[in-house]
Amino acid sequence: MQAEFLFAILLLAPLIGFIINGLRWKSKNYLLAGSIATGAVAISFIAAVLVVMKLFGADAPKAVTVEYFKWMAVGGLEVPVAFVIDHISALMVLVVTGVGTLIHLFSIGYMSHDERPSKYFAYLNFFLFNMLLLILGENLLLMFVGWEGVGLCSYLLIGFWFSDKEKAAAGMKAFVTNRIGDAGFLLGIFTIFFLLGTVSFDEIISKVAGMPVEVGWSGPITLAALFLFIGAMGKSAQIPLYVWLPDAMAGPTPVSALIHAATMVTAGVYMIVRLSPLFILAPNALHVVAVVGAATAVFAATIGITQFDIKKVLAYSTVSQLGFMFLACGVGAFGAAMFHLVTHAFFKALMFLGSGSVIHAMHEEQDIRKMGGLKKYLPITHATFVVGWIAIIGIPPFAGFFSKDEILWKAFSSPLGHKGLWAAGVIGAACTAFYMTRLMALTFWGKPRFDEHKTHPHEAPPSMAIPLIVLAILSAIGGFMGIPHVIGEILPGHPGNWLEHWLAGSIAAPAGEAHGSAIMEWILMGISVSIAGLAALLAFSFYVIEPDRPKQWAARLPGLHRLLENKYFVDEFYFERIINPLVSGSKALWAFVDVNFIDRATFVVGDFVRGMGSTARTLQTGNMQQYALYISIAIALMFVYLLEGPKRLAELFGG
Amino acid sequence: MLLSLIVFMPLVSAILISLLPKENWIRPTALFLGLAQFVVSLVLFAQYDPSTPALQLVEFVPWVPALGVSYFLGIDGISFWLVLLTTFLLPVVILGSWTAIDKKPKGFHIALFVLQTAMLGSFVAMDLVLFYVFFELSLVPMYFIVGIWGGTRRIYATTKFFIYTMLGSLLMLLAIIYLMFTAQEVLPAKQMTANILELYKLDIPFIAGQFLNPQTLLFFAFSVAFAIKVPMFPFHTWLPDAHVEAPTPGSVVLAGVMLKMGSYGFLRFVIPLFPEASEHYAWVFLFLGVVGIIYGALVAMVQPDVKKLVAYSSVSHMGYVMMGLFALNTYGVTGSIYQMLNHGISTGALFLLVGMIYERTHSREIEKYGGLAKVLPIFTILFFIVTLSSIAVPMTNGFVGEFLILLGAFEASMFFGSLAVIGVVLGAVYMLWMFKRMFFGEEGELVSDKKHPLHDLSLREMVVMAPLIVLIFWMGLLPNQFLQYSKVSVEHLVSTKDAYQLSIHTPQPESDAQLAFGMKFFKSVAQAPEAK
Repeated sequence: MQAEFLFAILLLAPLIGFIINGLRWKSKNYLLAGSIATGAVAISFIAAVLVVMKLFGADAPKAVTVEYFKWMAVGGLEVPVAFVIDHISALMVLVVTGVGTLIHLFSIGYMSHDERPSKYFAYLNFFLFNMLLLILGENLLLMFVGWEGVGLCSYLLIGFWFSDKEKAAAGMKAFVTNRIGDAGFLLGIFTIFFLLGTVSFDEIISKVAGMPVEVGWSGPITLAALFLFIGAMGKSAQIPLYVWLPDAMAGPTPVSALIHAATMVTAGVYMIVRLSPLFILAPNALHVVAVVGAATAVFAATIGITQFDIKKVLAYSTVSQLGFMFLACGVGAFGAAMFHLVTHAFFKALMFLGSGSVIHAMHEEQDIRKMGGLKKYLPITHATFVVGWIAIIGIPPFAGFFSKDEILWKAFSSPLGHKGLWAAGVIGAACTAFYMTRLMALTFWGKPRFDEHKTHPHEAPPSMAIPLIVLAILSAIGGFMGIPHVIGEILPGHPGNWLEHWLAGSIAAPAGEAHGSAIMEWILMGISVSIAGLAALLAFSFYVIEPDRPKQWAARLPGLHRLLENKYFVDEFYFERIINPLVSGSKALWAFVDVNFIDRATFVVGDFVRGMGSTARTLQTGNMQQYALYISIAIALMFVYLLEGPKRLAELFGG
Repeated sequence: MLLSLIVFMPLVSAILISLLPKENWIRPTALFLGLAQFVVSLVLFAQYDPSTPALQLVEFVPWVPALGVSYFLGIDGISFWLVLLTTFLLPVVILGSWTAIDKKPKGFHIALFVLQTAMLGSFVAMDLVLFYVFFELSLVPMYFIVGIWGGTRRIYATTKFFIYTMLGSLLMLLAIIYLMFTAQEVLPAKQMTANILELYKLDIPFIAGQFLNPQTLLFFAFSVAFAIKVPMFPFHTWLPDAHVEAPTPGSVVLAGVMLKMGSYGFLRFVIPLFPEASEHYAWVFLFLGVVGIIYGALVAMVQPDVKKLVAYSSVSHMGYVMMGLFALNTYGVTGSIYQMLNHGISTGALFLLVGMIYERTHSREIEKYGGLAKVLPIFTILFFIVTLSSIAVPMTNGFVGEFLILLGAFEASMFFGSLAVIGVVLGAVYMLWMFKRMFFGEEGELVSDKKHPLHDLSLREMVVMAPLIVLIFWMGLLPNQFLQYSKVSVEHLVSTKDAYQLSIHTPQPESDAQLAFGMKFFKSVAQAPEAK
């Protein structure tokens, strides 16, 4: 089929779904609304598969591009509405529409009791449309359209239950924090445009191809890369702009799975991978990316250890995992970043949906202190969650192991890598293993800590179970697309690293020699897996074998515990040091500058004029004699002037 | 004759309305006449040729030959959309004020139509004196609209508005007179003239780094007049008062069109007449533009009165317009023109919406609302769409303008351009914060009042909003359809601004005799080179 036609279906199906459900937004028929929305995304998925298939084969094109019309043409700026599926966006589009379909399907059951299911599905479809714009857009501007569009949908869905003030506030926080990133993104677009004269990805990449690597900090490419990274920090929740993501959990849980775990939040990683030939020319910018990523990976993971809200744990976990992806980008391992993006989409979507199933079963309870022992009530949820758990902590051969290990190895061995970055990654991985095991233990294992007579947890209906099972399978086997060479060599049939091969022509690689040997790779792999395993065991002993120990440790380290439990007081800091001063400062601006100074100044001018007027008015008394006096004086002066000249007149006045 | 028809049709309509015997005939008649003048203005699409920067549909009749003052109208890509914006907003405003204006409807509609003539006239006048007449004439009806149909402090607000803007214009009048005398001395015709096409040919002496030279002084005389109108920080304090006290239709017209008379003035007169000074002092305007963007946003953020918030948001939005203009490149100027239209549509829509809720509750205090989204869903959706346009979310009109302006500003000055981006964040902050407090959360005292239940928008109100909403998306999704009408003119202005000349488009052979005569007369004076 024609590419133009397929792309149109791919993009318009969710848009049409949005319009249909949007027009019947009052309808409470969740089944119909959900079917329309799920069907729309499924159609998108099929269209995406059909386009991606064009990339396979002996003489397949490297990319399928379509152009519909010119969006904007001003001066040298030409922005066509053009879309591309190449080897990078192919991965992303399949993940987004594929996982998206599953999450839409899950939502049907999850939102069955909601007041406004049609509105919900309309937003969800609209999100998907924007996400597709972001992924498929052939230029930075179109990507930005989707970029802001997904932010908007995120805002709407986080604040979906807007009657709750806090949920509405969480939506606004997400939008504004993202906007800070977007402002950086805009500056990045400007810098690139004035440097290269184009915003098209294809042209950007071909134009930077011959450029030398920039040294120092002030080069235009470094600047552009840093600006764009600000955008990525906002969207992908990196330090210091991560604060919106944990709050974003106020939205319905499938939204957290789709937007705040699997797809939207990975957009920053995707953007950097897409522009990897540009980023690779700015090693200093990449160092920033790597350090921010590693710091976020550790920072968020430590917070995750102390959280009690099941979704908050997963949210901090997401922030941390995104940190891993940026760490990969920062060391020039763009393929590894993409790999982890995909596997993370599988297992994190799985666990978020699983938590949705738990919350649904527990009648909207999210506190894991009030759970426990759910294994026997929710066997499917538990079994699938276990798969996600093994995948995220990186136990071979589950998906997370391959992708995380590739990141750690590249952090160590890449020319842009550093032992410190590797160590940070391992610490992050250990914390991940700890908090995930803790989450499993508190939620599913041990004894129930809720009243079993009052609460009767029930397993999810099939529409919710099927997505869980599919995602669990993907989380289990998803890693095989990127088997590292050292493992592939010893396996029967010597499977190669398919993903590396697939992405090879599309992404950049750092110049220079990788350090480290195959043996080193084995050793490091062993270290990271055993540390993660030990951390998991430790958590198991803490929370299952001796449930009193966490409290003892918390009592032993009160300062650290308080710091972690309060998330390092970052929110408080922002509020006290930025938001409050901004608001009170603005009030002062209004009261003092606007009203008391600028406005007062106009009155001063006015009073001055009026003063002059009243002074002049005293001359006009209406008194005849006085007027006669003025006239005589004037005549006398005139005579002086006419007879004696101006000089004499001046002398008269002492001049 | 088309331009004269567009300009004076509202004046004739005003006379017609004044003759109406019955009060309940006034609104339907006014709406009909408003729609009629909009339809007439649509003929522009057929007659206007976007492929040339030359002045089109020219009408030229000597008015005061001794002073070189003439009745000289023309339109080009710079004024094209502003004329249409003006004619478009009138019927919207008339329908929007159907119930809001409950006293003296006849006087109100007369004022509205007279104002329309004045505004349209100033967008198409190509003679400085004629422009000045229209420019000042617009104050009079607005003075009455605010002063008679306004809120409690209306007299204070309207007097301030009148005197403030008048004061600026007087400086401009001096400058105009100076220019006319200079033309007599310098130009080959040795004759006084207020013909702007002739005045473009003046090469007014400019000395960089020195304030007391003719071009700098003239530049600032014009600039102050227009900066007050825009209003550019720090000349903005008349605006919040005028907006808050004005009745809804007054606010819409004031924000929608009258402010653009200022920014249009920069584009038509200041930049082409005083190119060296414009370039030399561009940083002042970039700086004040940035300050306006940020300052307006911050002050808007803390307003307790939603209408005042929208008024201060105008200061912020017009700050973008000023930055774009003084970026002095294609992106900035194009973006500014676009932003002028956006602001007319979005801020106009915001004032209409605020007016609609005010009619229901008689309060504009943000804190007294809350939870409106549940009670008035349609109102909420429309308000939200307009909010998105105001904070320049892509796929709405606001994004195109803001993006181009920031792009242009970034090219002109990386420093100011980067600073201006802060406005992108702050815009979202003040609008969404207001939206959150008014529409989300628990129901506020005005919303939960069981004695006065709120009703969602009536059919009339939806009809008022519909064209604005359509334009928000249309201009956001297909900006090229709009940009192409101003493209050539903007490129001509930017690329030749140091020696800017405007020629006259050769009229069609079948055009009427008087126009041909006007052309002939003009050409003998101007001998301007033909475009293309």
